[in-house]
Amino acid sequence: MLMPTPEADIIAQRLDLIAGLRRIVPGEGVIADETSLKAFECDGLTAYRQIPLVAVLPSDTQQVSEVLKLCNARGVKVVPRGAGTSLSGGALPLADGVLLGLGKFNRVLDIDWENRCAVVQPGVTNLGITRAVEHRGFYYAPDPSSQIACTIGGNVAENSGGVHCLKYGLTTNNILGVEMVLMNGDIIRLGGKHLDSEGYDLMGLICGSEGLLGVITEVTVRILPKPATQRAVLAGFPTSESAGDCVAKIIASGIIPGGMEMMDRPAIHAAEDFVHAGYPRDVEALLIIELDGPPAEVDDLLARVKAIAEACGSVSCRVSESEDERLAFWAGRKAAFPAVGRISPDYLCMDGTIPRKTLPLVLTRMAELSVKHNLRVANVFHAGDGNLHPLILYDANNPGELERAEEFGADILRLCVEVGGVLTGEHGVGVEKRDLMPVMFSEDDLAQQQRVKCAFDPNHRLNPGKVFPVLHRCAELGRMHVHRGKLAFPDLPRF
Amino acid sequence: MPETFIPAGTTDVVDVIRWAAAEKRPLELQGHRSKVGLGRPAQSEYALDLSRLSGVLEYEPAELVLTLRPGTLVSDVEKLLAARNQMLAFEPPDWGPLWGGASARGTIGGAIGCNLAGPRRFKAGAIRDHLLGFTAVSGRGELFKAGAKVVKNVTGYDLPKLVCGAYGTLAALTEVTLKVLPAPEKTRTVLVLGLDDMTAAQAMAAAAGSPNEVSGLAHLPADIAAQSGVGYVAKAGSSVTAIRIEGTDVSVRARCEALRTLLQPFGALEELHSMNSAWLWRELRDVACFALPQDRVLWRLSLAPLDGAKATAEIAATEPDARFFYDWAGGLVWLSLSAAPNAHAPLVRRVVAQLGGHATLLRAEAATRAAQAVFQPQAEALAALSRRVKESFDPMNILNPGRMAAGV
Repeated sequence: MLMPTPEADIIAQRLDLIAGLRRIVPGEGVIADETSLKAFECDGLTAYRQIPLVAVLPSDTQQVSEVLKLCNARGVKVVPRGAGTSLSGGALPLADGVLLGLGKFNRVLDIDWENRCAVVQPGVTNLGITRAVEHRGFYYAPDPSSQIACTIGGNVAENSGGVHCLKYGLTTNNILGVEMVLMNGDIIRLGGKHLDSEGYDLMGLICGSEGLLGVITEVTVRILPKPATQRAVLAGFPTSESAGDCVAKIIASGIIPGGMEMMDRPAIHAAEDFVHAGYPRDVEALLIIELDGPPAEVDDLLARVKAIAEACGSVSCRVSESEDERLAFWAGRKAAFPAVGRISPDYLCMDGTIPRKTLPLVLTRMAELSVKHNLRVANVFHAGDGNLHPLILYDANNPGELERAEEFGADILRLCVEVGGVLTGEHGVGVEKRDLMPVMFSEDDLAQQQRVKCAFDPNHRLNPGKVFPVLHRCAELGRMHVHRGKLAFPDLPRF
Repeated sequence: MPETFIPAGTTDVVDVIRWAAAEKRPLELQGHRSKVGLGRPAQSEYALDLSRLSGVLEYEPAELVLTLRPGTLVSDVEKLLAARNQMLAFEPPDWGPLWGGASARGTIGGAIGCNLAGPRRFKAGAIRDHLLGFTAVSGRGELFKAGAKVVKNVTGYDLPKLVCGAYGTLAALTEVTLKVLPAPEKTRTVLVLGLDDMTAAQAMAAAAGSPNEVSGLAHLPADIAAQSGVGYVAKAGSSVTAIRIEGTDVSVRARCEALRTLLQPFGALEELHSMNSAWLWRELRDVACFALPQDRVLWRLSLAPLDGAKATAEIAATEPDARFFYDWAGGLVWLSLSAAPNAHAPLVRRVVAQLGGHATLLRAEAATRAAQAVFQPQAEALAALSRRVKESFDPMNILNPGRMAAGV
């Protein structure tokens, strides 16, 4: 995986640039010494590291605007960063780029109970929003597993999901407004406390744009009343087919559970060994199905789900009878990543989405790939929405094993696309899946996306080297091949 | 009348748009023209009729996805889904009669272009929240795709969001994939009678803030309620605040009970069951009360829920014959005003600007829609960005030019 070659003329102006940044962000807000910069050298994708040219931590929108204006004028690249929990390298620094940290934007600005929304700065953590509103029975719905640490600004950049997003949606479905700064320093406000856009839905576009279009400086999120009850079913199955069948039948029967997770045998064993959640060991697949809502509804649906699971051949089916038991059901799933970390020195977490019906085929093919690459794999799966997280186990100390793991991962993602799915369901493309984009998109598809990028940042200064495998100059992308005079459509009816 | 191209397939669409781009001939994109009165009037010599690109390509109820050609009628899609107990959760309205047109002529492509959403919007989202992927021809005459056919995807920019509410100014859609959801087994509506608008907003906030998962929150002042086709509503003799609950039978009963307890301090309560409830929400969804008379101008205001009643109070103080009702917990105001050459735009724009939100001039004479901004005017930096986004898809400005704003 190659990053764009660092531009020597940018590195040469480092001292000038630092002085310029210090005029905008005084004091400790500009970090230039190597030891302190090391703190920013990677995000959650730790296989890639790079010390940034300099880091700047502005404390208000005006400073962000001035920083971007300065960098734009000087042709300096900028990498925005929230908490740095991205699993795809979205916040990987550049040797010739300023790292723009939003950590000082950590305040909840306004909680508007009657309009059921909160205005927060982008550095507030995902869980921090829920913590700020839960005393009055509200919460913020998207709950990525990094929610203790990840920030709402990063959630917007990555369009983060979580285990509850089949029912409650992703970040894009749960925000009402943003303030953002473009690379040229323009400050733009989109949305507010009202619904829908007054023009092009640029807020929808910004969500999941991976820090390539603008820097988020404020977010208005919807807050929801907490469901009255949550209960879960834990069901073991003798085959992944029968578990997949159960998931399809639950949805076909009209039930959208709050969460529906699947684990395969290696993941079940790793989790059980680690947290002793009481998972059955003699099954090939385990489902955790959570229902939330008014108690009467939850009771009703639990009975239906249990009946479906049993009809699909579940060999062990338990319904949580207390909050402790529900949390125990989840404890193993939530600890799946660290549990796998215990049985392997390193692991890669993949993130494809597949049409659910193809799960048995994908698992079979994945087992074959596991043999081919001689690496173990454990699977956790957001079964409701088809989002698969294969964990590839490897040891970085063995020469060549990281490369083999990456090749295995790429094969899995190609497989996801082959069966009608996508490269990433929630972790983003970043640098990790950048070079696989042509597997899913044609040249014309990618060119149109890059033209949109050009509308925001015509010189590719904001987070370059992420998402797109090849950076085309905007002038080149804008050129049109005109077919004047050669077009005829004789068969086309006209009126 | 413009000369109209009626392509039968994607290749034809590519050919027409390539020709139009080469010759710099603007095209008016259309389906069955059911919402042709929405937006600034087109002045194109040529039209591109996409209604023959219709039909369902793939429907997998258990995967919750539906792939179809955008010329398919919304009403046909709803029938297909209903047979499998599913629905388009964004509750697309049927607005044809607002401009004197027939009912049930709207296409999925048109619903996307206008980013349609009904009363369930505040809970389930608009069509923007349900369009998973598409194939389209850009103003450059290039066929491209974005998004995918699975419900969870963050690969590449979310261009599906961008084409929702773009009024056909970016690309001509040729294939779309929508997320579909199970239809509720039962529906009931709790009515609170006799509330003034501000109190109604508080009552709706209380209901929306309770864990009862309400899926509709509307308030009809007495004059609007009297026009309803639902007897209980029309004969209430007062304002009616309507709160919808959907789900399984036991759940709906239990939540109705909880809501009655919650809302009892606000006023007298009534309850609508299946047929009556469905009828009321369809009326509200389609804005049936303002279909006639058609010479009155119609505005659609999107505001913070508690600001709806503030906006109407200020507008009614200047325009006493203003008529209005509220949806989306008070945040969506349907406002009918007497005919006027400027459609009362200065008043409406001033009030909305004070509160924050946006206003769309949904119905007015063509001359008025040509002279007045139909959509909310944008700050210069945002307007400039929108023009650059338009240019990135349609550099020759041939797709519905001027439909949203002059130059876009």
